[in-house]
Amino acid sequence: MMAGFYTVISANNLVKKVVGLNIFQTSVFMLYISMGKVDGGTAPIVADGVSLYSNPLPHVLILTAIVVGVATTAVGLSLIVRIKQAYGTVEENEFQNKDDAI
Amino acid sequence: MFILDIVSSLLLFAGVFFGLSGAVGLFKFPDFFTRVHAASVTDSIAVLLIIGGLLLQTSFDLNTAKLLFIGLFLLMTGPTASHALAKSARHGGLLTLAETKAEQKEKAN
Amino acid sequence: MAVLIDLVLLAMLALTALRVIFLKDLFTVVMLFSIYSFLSAAIFVSLDAVDVAFTEAAVGAGISTVLMLATLAMTGRTEKESEHSSLLPLIVVFVTGAALVYGTLDMPPFGAPDNPIHEHVAPRYIEESPKEVGLPNMVTSVLASYRGFDTLGETVVVFAAMIGVITLLGVRRIGRQEEAETTGFIAHEVLRTVAKLVIPLIVLFALYVQFHGDFGPGGGFQAGVIAAAAIILYALVFGLSPALQVVAPKFLMLLAPFGVLLYASVGVYSMLQGGNFLDYNQLAADPIAGQHYGIIIIELGVGITVFAVMLSIFYAFASQVEGANIK
Repeated sequence: MMAGFYTVISANNLVKKVVGLNIFQTSVFMLYISMGKVDGGTAPIVADGVSLYSNPLPHVLILTAIVVGVATTAVGLSLIVRIKQAYGTVEENEFQNKDDAI
Repeated sequence: MFILDIVSSLLLFAGVFFGLSGAVGLFKFPDFFTRVHAASVTDSIAVLLIIGGLLLQTSFDLNTAKLLFIGLFLLMTGPTASHALAKSARHGGLLTLAETKAEQKEKAN
Repeated sequence: MAVLIDLVLLAMLALTALRVIFLKDLFTVVMLFSIYSFLSAAIFVSLDAVDVAFTEAAVGAGISTVLMLATLAMTGRTEKESEHSSLLPLIVVFVTGAALVYGTLDMPPFGAPDNPIHEHVAPRYIEESPKEVGLPNMVTSVLASYRGFDTLGETVVVFAAMIGVITLLGVRRIGRQEEAETTGFIAHEVLRTVAKLVIPLIVLFALYVQFHGDFGPGGGFQAGVIAAAAIILYALVFGLSPALQVVAPKFLMLLAPFGVLLYASVGVYSMLQGGNFLDYNQLAADPIAGQHYGIIIIELGVGITVFAVMLSIFYAFASQVEGANIK
């Protein structure tokens, strides 16, 4: 999780920032799912002879979160493509200078 | 059923051994094309052995059919992926180790 | 034994994430991210979250990787050195990490059945959902019936993402037949044959996942992503123009709102029948049958929208890649 956070803050290239953001997101999902696990339970699908299930509520929330995450990634990546076309570069230090120059 | 368990464990162990050897080969081999060959070992023979071992653990129900389909699909797409990788590399102009060494010898002469 | 598997997977995950920080070659970074996604899907399976693992593998290792590679094709492969020092980010990360670890020390033990999280709402779902909804897959029944409004919001978010991407990038119209020869793998006979074999199987599997989501892991999202992956494979192997002719962008722009409309109209219809918004009990004479109808129809709406959105986003990126004319 912290590796993803670090990549978001300190990466120079914008695409690497988006990758770091995704790594961050996935590790947060793991945190939530690990809270829902019950020792000795099975997946929350009703089956004969099983009485202990893991909690289905975190699964539902994280399903939504994954799909929203990919939607955000798609929009972010298309923004990066547009930045490349407008500034000619996606390195952070380079286009910050260009921004001041405009 | 004990003999079935032993055979399935043997198959699983063999599959794991081939998978490991593919991974070791990925590090140790000197050239790109030989590394692709090492990786494709995990695609083909390890898949066969592991799925075969798992098949013997099921009791001939829906899971058997699912495992067979998965095995078939992996056998179709795994070697194709390695082939596509090697072919694109060749198309991009990557030379094998023998050709690289021959080229270096020519440059030295 | 299961703990050992978990530990090994987590260690591999940590190594992958750490490696991402120090690499400058972005192509490798994207591949490592795809490996990270697959490893986390394996961990989700070991944590009993099969639906989540399915979605994470399809979405994270599938669509996200394809989109990132398409972006890389336009922006370049390597990252340049940064000018500012990395001391401040390191300090921030350490402080945040320490705070998080300190917070987790307070958490209840992992996996105990009497954790507070299992106390309030979850037992009601687990016990009542076979009686009130009647589906074996509890995650689908919670997602589609108990929390159906959230899922409507999620579908709208996905639709909004498509609007955003199309506004930013634009989609190429059909036409320009002469470009069909420059894209696609013409000389790759093996790839074309195997793709012809495999694409119908993928579409069939997507349909299976869509309708089997009531009984096992699956549902609308995964099915939409898998179906989009089939057409993406077609576009990659046979070229973008044939794919644009098979599934036209205008058709997708009609399909995506249709899915959202289907979902919302189920809610309005149940209001017209006298219940609340998205109250499936009103859809048929028998409440359980009404629940089943409602869940099937909205999962269909979700699947259609997700398929159309993922494919439109891929078309938008691919049109840009072709227009950029890189090697």
